[in-house]
Amino acid sequence: MTRPLFGLALTLALAPPALAQDTVPPREGVRVGITYEPGVRPGVLVVDGPGDEWLDSVRAILRRDLEYGDYFEIITLPPNDTTELGIGAKGPSGEFVNFGLYAALGADFTVRVRPGETSTVFLYDVRAEAVRREMPVVLPPLQDAGFRLAVHRVADEIVRAITGQAGIAATRFLFLQRGRIYRIDADGADLQPLTSAGTRAFSSAWSPDGRRVAYTEFHEQGAQIYLQEVDAGTRRRVGTTERGLNYTPTFAPDGRTLVYSRSDESGTDVFAYDLDRDCCLQRLTSGRFADNLSPTFSPDGRRIAFVSTRAGLPQIYAMSADGTGQELFAPFDYGVTGSSNAPDWSPDGLSLAFHRDVGGSPQIFLMDVQRREVRQLTSAGRNEDPTWAPDGRHLAFVSNRTGNRQIWIIDLETGRVRQVTRGGEARLPAWSGRMY
Amino acid sequence: MRLSIPLSLTLGAIVLAAAAACGGQPAPPPTPTVDSAAIRDSIARAEAARRAREDSIARARAEAERMAAERRRADSLAAVTRETERVRGMLGEMINFDFDKSNIRAGDAAILDRKIAILQANPGVTVTITGHCDERGSDEYNLALGNRRALAAKEYIVNRGISADRVTTASRGEEQALDPAGTEDAWARNRRDEFALAAGGQQLRAPAGM
Repeated sequence: MTRPLFGLALTLALAPPALAQDTVPPREGVRVGITYEPGVRPGVLVVDGPGDEWLDSVRAILRRDLEYGDYFEIITLPPNDTTELGIGAKGPSGEFVNFGLYAALGADFTVRVRPGETSTVFLYDVRAEAVRREMPVVLPPLQDAGFRLAVHRVADEIVRAITGQAGIAATRFLFLQRGRIYRIDADGADLQPLTSAGTRAFSSAWSPDGRRVAYTEFHEQGAQIYLQEVDAGTRRRVGTTERGLNYTPTFAPDGRTLVYSRSDESGTDVFAYDLDRDCCLQRLTSGRFADNLSPTFSPDGRRIAFVSTRAGLPQIYAMSADGTGQELFAPFDYGVTGSSNAPDWSPDGLSLAFHRDVGGSPQIFLMDVQRREVRQLTSAGRNEDPTWAPDGRHLAFVSNRTGNRQIWIIDLETGRVRQVTRGGEARLPAWSGRMY
Repeated sequence: MRLSIPLSLTLGAIVLAAAAACGGQPAPPPTPTVDSAAIRDSIARAEAARRAREDSIARARAEAERMAAERRRADSLAAVTRETERVRGMLGEMINFDFDKSNIRAGDAAILDRKIAILQANPGVTVTITGHCDERGSDEYNLALGNRRALAAKEYIVNRGISADRVTTASRGEEQALDPAGTEDAWARNRRDEFALAAGGQQLRAPAGM
């Protein structure tokens, strides 16, 4: 992907898309030459230049965030060539911006960071030869715990300025690794344990504002659900989870209700717990001879999709938030279709992701909620436990495509995939909303 | 004995020579006196020695008896412990399941029948049944499946006369594999119910005929 252009070795930072494992049709165009072609991802250039470690880090994080956002083709230049870009130099009519050169490099937009007490991020529209957005932003020092998140937010604003919808750089995952719940930024940086060593946790969930998490912790016989403040680390046990196994917690979109499943001697059922009033446990399903678990809210908070074994194998059902109106949600052929589990309702409400056994391995499926049509997204290895990004365009899931189970992200528009976690087996991911 | 005469002659010669070497008069023979106190003491000493001898024999005999009793007691304790261990082993015997199933397999009913007999013979005993799964199913669903596997064993036991409050159930899904090998054999071993003594297991009686 390297070719000579104006004496510059122009590298398009396109990680070769690992499409082989996924059956989603790639809609990715191939950028030919230097002219803009409709349907091709716009080119974005984050301008380098003289700078300290802090500025280099800001630029590197922005570049990677925009790359991971999958909207743009990121144009990177060999470091020696950056001086020719001439950005920031004074011209006869204010600052000189070399739009001609950016256009020649294939950039539709150019990002420039001017550091300061309050830094300014400029987004140039190259074809219009104009400033698209000028963003004053206070960015903390490099060692500050909030540094990376602050830069991720800038990246999300750049995406919003170009596409109309914010990016997903300022988001995080929860996941389970060796019995502990960890938190990691969506770009795979800043890994932090949220539960102590020596305890055994299980499934976890973000509160809608991203400030709290709920997770299951195994005790001698049972499993209880805890609510933990992410920053302070303080936690309390949900009082109604004293007995039995309590797991698969999920917050209602308004953050006031926690819905989870409980297994005990009467089977496994879905319960709703009033967080605001710290009381009023309500049983939403009742199946002496069937298990009901893994609830997920529709974004308007009025419906809950969940797993039930009422027809034998686990399949996806739906009900109103009060437990009424239970119905089969994702169609299946009795005796033919494999087990279906782990539903997650998309943030736009239009799609339901889940995994379904195909020939002994779970694969990711998507259902069009309106049409109730199901399509298979992955096909090789084990791919399970999907979780939506807040943009409804990216989906994370657990895959063993590199050997052990790790968290991967797929862009449903382009089919591009990337790995988020590394090391020990990572399971049961939960993708946060935007951290603002 | 033939050497005794010449030897005594030789000794006599040595004694005479020694007396001559001293050069003084030979010492007068001691006047014989009758010391009755000394005689009494010596008799008392002899008596004490005899008593001590007899006491030590008695003590040794008692010690031997005590040790024998202890051995007998230890033997019977060991027998009880052995029986407790044997019964505990039978009580802890796992049962296994088919993939994604929670029904008791025909071959495993005998294992559960033994547990029922043990629970009947030991009314103070309570147990916890924990269901487990192999790692192929869904992580979350496996907790529900393990729960159902534990409930299936409990139902079998309770239906045959054991009080429900003597059996509690739990599940660990696929979180505690016995064998992480990832083979068919390992998966089959991991799909199981474990049975743990919750209370009353210090001393267990084997049911008649077991």
